[in-house]
Amino acid sequence: MIPTVVLAQAGATNDFAEMVAEGLSLGSIYALLGMGLVIIFKATRVLNFAHGALTAAGAYLIAAFASIYDIPGRWIPGVAPWFSWTLSVILALIAAAFLGVLLERAFIRPMVGEEMFAVALVTLGVDIMLRGITNDFIGTDPRPLGDPFGTQILDLGWVTVAYSEVAQFFTAVVLVAGVALFFRSRTGIAMRATAFDQEAARAQGINVGRIFSIAWAIGAVLATVAGLFISIFPRRSAGVDTSTAFFVFRAFPVVIVGGLDSVVGAILGGFMIGFAESAAVSYLQFDFLGAGFGGIVPYIVMLIVLIVRPYGIFGTEEIRRV
Amino acid sequence: MRGRPLLYTSYQEDQSLLNTWTKKLMAALFLALLLIAPFGIVPGLGFLGDNDWVKLMSQVFIFAIGALGLNLLTGLAGQVSLGHSFFLGIGAYTAAWLGGEAGGALLGEGLPMWVWLPAAAVVPAIIGLIVGPTAVRVRGLYLAIVTLGLVIIGEYVFRNWKGLTGGSQSGRTHPEFQFKFWKEGTPLFDFGQDATIAGFQISSEVSTYMLMLGFAVAAVLVAKNIQRSRTGRAFQAIRDRDVAAEVMGVNEFKYKLLAFGLSSAFAGFAGALLASFVGRSIPERFDLFLAVQFIAMIIIGGAGTVSGTLMGAAFVLILPRVVRDLTDWGAAIVESGEGVLAWIGDLFIATSPDDFGLINTLPGVGPGLSVDQLNGVLFGLLIVLFLIFEPLGLYGIWLRIRNYWKGWPFTY
Repeated sequence: MIPTVVLAQAGATNDFAEMVAEGLSLGSIYALLGMGLVIIFKATRVLNFAHGALTAAGAYLIAAFASIYDIPGRWIPGVAPWFSWTLSVILALIAAAFLGVLLERAFIRPMVGEEMFAVALVTLGVDIMLRGITNDFIGTDPRPLGDPFGTQILDLGWVTVAYSEVAQFFTAVVLVAGVALFFRSRTGIAMRATAFDQEAARAQGINVGRIFSIAWAIGAVLATVAGLFISIFPRRSAGVDTSTAFFVFRAFPVVIVGGLDSVVGAILGGFMIGFAESAAVSYLQFDFLGAGFGGIVPYIVMLIVLIVRPYGIFGTEEIRRV
Repeated sequence: MRGRPLLYTSYQEDQSLLNTWTKKLMAALFLALLLIAPFGIVPGLGFLGDNDWVKLMSQVFIFAIGALGLNLLTGLAGQVSLGHSFFLGIGAYTAAWLGGEAGGALLGEGLPMWVWLPAAAVVPAIIGLIVGPTAVRVRGLYLAIVTLGLVIIGEYVFRNWKGLTGGSQSGRTHPEFQFKFWKEGTPLFDFGQDATIAGFQISSEVSTYMLMLGFAVAAVLVAKNIQRSRTGRAFQAIRDRDVAAEVMGVNEFKYKLLAFGLSSAFAGFAGALLASFVGRSIPERFDLFLAVQFIAMIIIGGAGTVSGTLMGAAFVLILPRVVRDLTDWGAAIVESGEGVLAWIGDLFIATSPDDFGLINTLPGVGPGLSVDQLNGVLFGLLIVLFLIFEPLGLYGIWLRIRNYWKGWPFTY
């Protein structure tokens, strides 16, 4: 049997392997968030500032289905807890996808053809709105997500990782592969065409509106998965609370570092910033840095990258026309 | 031909601050109204004499100064900035350092207001010019996220520079509004005390209100003059198309940097006023939400216009108060339980834990949104609705009303 240990202080060790493990874990969350942002940006030309609210809303949906109301487990007698939890998560993901589609339909679709700034500011308004409503549902106390991983630790001798982190890394890999496969499917090709030129895509018979909906659904699902892993041990063991949405502000540098319109960039940028943050937290333990230095590492990395490449590492340079 | 509206016989006339008689008259009347409002003698607007309304209006003036700065950068020069609160914070802490109590636990020099207030504009402007070149290099949405980074890095610095800001728990006090020559004990005039001027009793709230009104009027004049000069036109040229502007001889780098510096100066000034007005601040005060409030002000008011910005500032600050009053009023009617209004109100307002409703007025958590949450949701919804349906904001609505009455009763 694998020994279970509860870490007194997660991430407070100086071991190099621990640092790498933490980097992979953080990086996969950032990559999930960044991928969602980039897919939405590429397909619809919208920088989604509501991603934080979507993440929190998604995490709450999981909490609601899995632990608060126990749907559908309450109707199936004698079902294994992990199985009913998985079912709940799938239901929550479907609900989150619908939420994404709904937001796009209601608030983003009317802005088609408007300036990018204006649409980005609309998403900022949507973020405030959706966060307000989600926070009302969450209430004052954190809502646990009822995940089966608990606080179990996998001890390999030279490195210890939480079960949830292993699950998280593999989920991220599966989802990255899934997105890569999706872009090879018929719908995925249509989305690439839409990203390239919306009008030309329409002329080819692609239902651009449907592509927008699909992009937002994918973005919302990826945000929900990220929200799940943000809200369990070892990050925020208590569950989803009113500050969960703010975590996502650390993911915006990811898409800037990788380039706003590059999925590969978002994945690499996510892991790069994950490692940078984990390394900074492990090695830069100076008193003058004070508390919460990890939270600004993504922005420092972003500024350094932008000084060298103003369009991110993989981003397309904007062609300036007269 | 003389005396016709919109007929300009000289360039100067075309560019004048108030180019028609109606505008001159209305501006004068509006200013007079603002001057006498805090005494509570305006018929129908007597509530403006209440102390909390006087305070709210003073805050409107302070936020208007900051919003005018953001309007220069975002509305005129077209550079979306989510980092406005960072510059407010720098202004506030510059003022606190220079004007704060000397010899205390926190940094403070005890200098008079005529030193710390201008410094609160100059220091953020310099910092704006320092970070400007990085910001000018990136464009569009990349800029929005870089400025978002400014707020987040700034908040971190403020939180950890405990010698200046007092840290998250305690925060720090800010200098008071007092006229002094230098560091003498008794000020020439203290806005924190009730005073008697020429036989009139003036409360500290009203004298502070007058001071803020004065600053706001000055800020409006400066902003308007920047807008109608070469600088303002250069900003607008860059906003409309940067390459075309450069072809016409506008130095894009110089003017974008200038826009950053000017907007930071306004922000810093407003930040110092706001912190001193409230008296005590914690580093978290200068967070992203404050920056979003300023963006909301110029969107709701109408980006690129001075009068719109003023309307937006007033709207964003007064709305929560109105919503709260309306909810209290509605809850009182529901409690009384009489008439059709009570029945309709009951559908929307939950007054007991087992009641259903969109809004709840109960202390603590209950069904529906609390008034604060409702304000948050409304705030977001308003940003969205204005952007979708009225991109010109309140100014656009005003323009339509004005144009309707201009030709009345004719429709052309």
